[in-house]
Amino acid sequence: MSELRATVEHVFRQESGKIIAGLIRVSRSFDLAEEAMQDAFTAAVAHWQLKGVPDNPAAWITATARRKLIDYARRERTRRKNEDALLYVGELRCEDADQDMSLPLEDDRLRLMFTCCHPALNEEAQVALTLRTLGGLTTEEIARAFMVPEATLAQRLTRAKRKIQQARIPYEVPAAERLTERLAAVQKVLYLIFNEGYLASSGDGLVRRELCTEAIRLARVLTELMSGNAENIGLLALMLLHDSRKEARCSVDGQLVLLEEQDRTRWNRGQIAEGLVLVECALRRGEVGPYQIQAAIAAVHAEARTAGETDWKQIAALYGVLAEIQPSPVVALNHAVAVAMGEGMERGLKLVDRLGAEGELDSYYLFHAARADLLRRMGRNAEAAESYRKARVLTDNAVECGYLDRRIADIEG
Amino acid sequence: MMLIYSREDEGASEEELRGVATAHRALMDETKSKGIFLAADPLEPTVTATTVRVDRGRVMITDGPFAETKEQLAGYYILDCENLDDALSWAARIPTGCQGGVGCIEVRPIREMSRTAHS
Repeated sequence: MSELRATVEHVFRQESGKIIAGLIRVSRSFDLAEEAMQDAFTAAVAHWQLKGVPDNPAAWITATARRKLIDYARRERTRRKNEDALLYVGELRCEDADQDMSLPLEDDRLRLMFTCCHPALNEEAQVALTLRTLGGLTTEEIARAFMVPEATLAQRLTRAKRKIQQARIPYEVPAAERLTERLAAVQKVLYLIFNEGYLASSGDGLVRRELCTEAIRLARVLTELMSGNAENIGLLALMLLHDSRKEARCSVDGQLVLLEEQDRTRWNRGQIAEGLVLVECALRRGEVGPYQIQAAIAAVHAEARTAGETDWKQIAALYGVLAEIQPSPVVALNHAVAVAMGEGMERGLKLVDRLGAEGELDSYYLFHAARADLLRRMGRNAEAAESYRKARVLTDNAVECGYLDRRIADIEG
Repeated sequence: MMLIYSREDEGASEEELRGVATAHRALMDETKSKGIFLAADPLEPTVTATTVRVDRGRVMITDGPFAETKEQLAGYYILDCENLDDALSWAARIPTGCQGGVGCIEVRPIREMSRTAHS
């Protein structure tokens, strides 16, 4: 029984996004599709126990869920027998489509991605809906990962689904003239999911790990479905290269280990190898974009066997490119730090202070932490401690606080 | 339904306002020729507005628009659109300078009356 349960769970994780994407196309309803799929999985547990697991479990689930949809339509029709005929239009389509729906279409997941990440939905809703439908995460899991009450998240999902239905957000891959902009929204949602899993160090570790895995899986799907897009490849590469360091960036007692101090033998070589190939492949297309540049930066780090071997000049040059195509104070700060590491602390600090004078970064803890690091490397300990303290006030993340406290303690030893 | 919210700017020149009106006429002609035009009208400025609110059976009437915002409802279009993307494309083409200043468009589906009457 437990073996069967594991099989069902595996099918769910691997195939539910694909299955539900097809069911939504046919039923034109997120809710009906979800209900039908859940019923089909419940039926699978009972049925497979008696008759064994079918050769193609996903096809079995799809066929069963489709029959459920037809049942719902009939049930609904009986219930509303004497009501407005217009009401049945949506349900009738269910049966009409029965003929042509053998298996989900490849494009269904792409349609679903664009619908879940439609700019008419707010960003939180986009993320939640993507994880719920394409990722097959439960409402409870998503709530736990984002540290919001389950009821809040459930409401967020309900509202989003209602808006899709009522405002008629289309279930389609956008037309060419909107594609670039809308694809950027999809990429951003996947990146947000990854970062939520990667950066935030509080909350339930396991669920957070799951977010990274899910983001990578979805980025892979996106890359497969729209293989011609260099930024899709860049995004996948970026995620893989960051994720490759996950074992090394946290010490056994849960403290943050900086890139410079990480045990590089613990980096995931498989992920690095794949990431490097993807970066190359994306850049060769000659359509440079922010994800590719960030992936290229991660690649330079990945290629250095020790922190000392890092090619900071190349990293500084890449941040220079990034600052041109996607200017932001944070990118400028990273550029300044790379310059400090590659061309000398004095020059870097000058750039950092020039940024600081603009005032925008004053409430950003990483600005003060980065400035403090440069000062520490220059041996200007009193000033470094002061900057670490400024950073300390600006974050309440336990891991970051721990890191800053250690730095201050080291200096003042 | 596309609600036009516009900043009321009395300083706008005749010429600017004429330009906005011409652009509206062109858009109405285009949507009519596509068979999706249902209605469109401009509204008089908010100095002419009166708000009616019924609170527990008591009718309260106040001068001016309900919300104290910078952008005011200036007009509307009702177009028969296939889906939200279609509607957003049209909305992006509606001039918002109707009351002189710049503005924005709020897109909302019209609720089908047959649906509400029966459910």
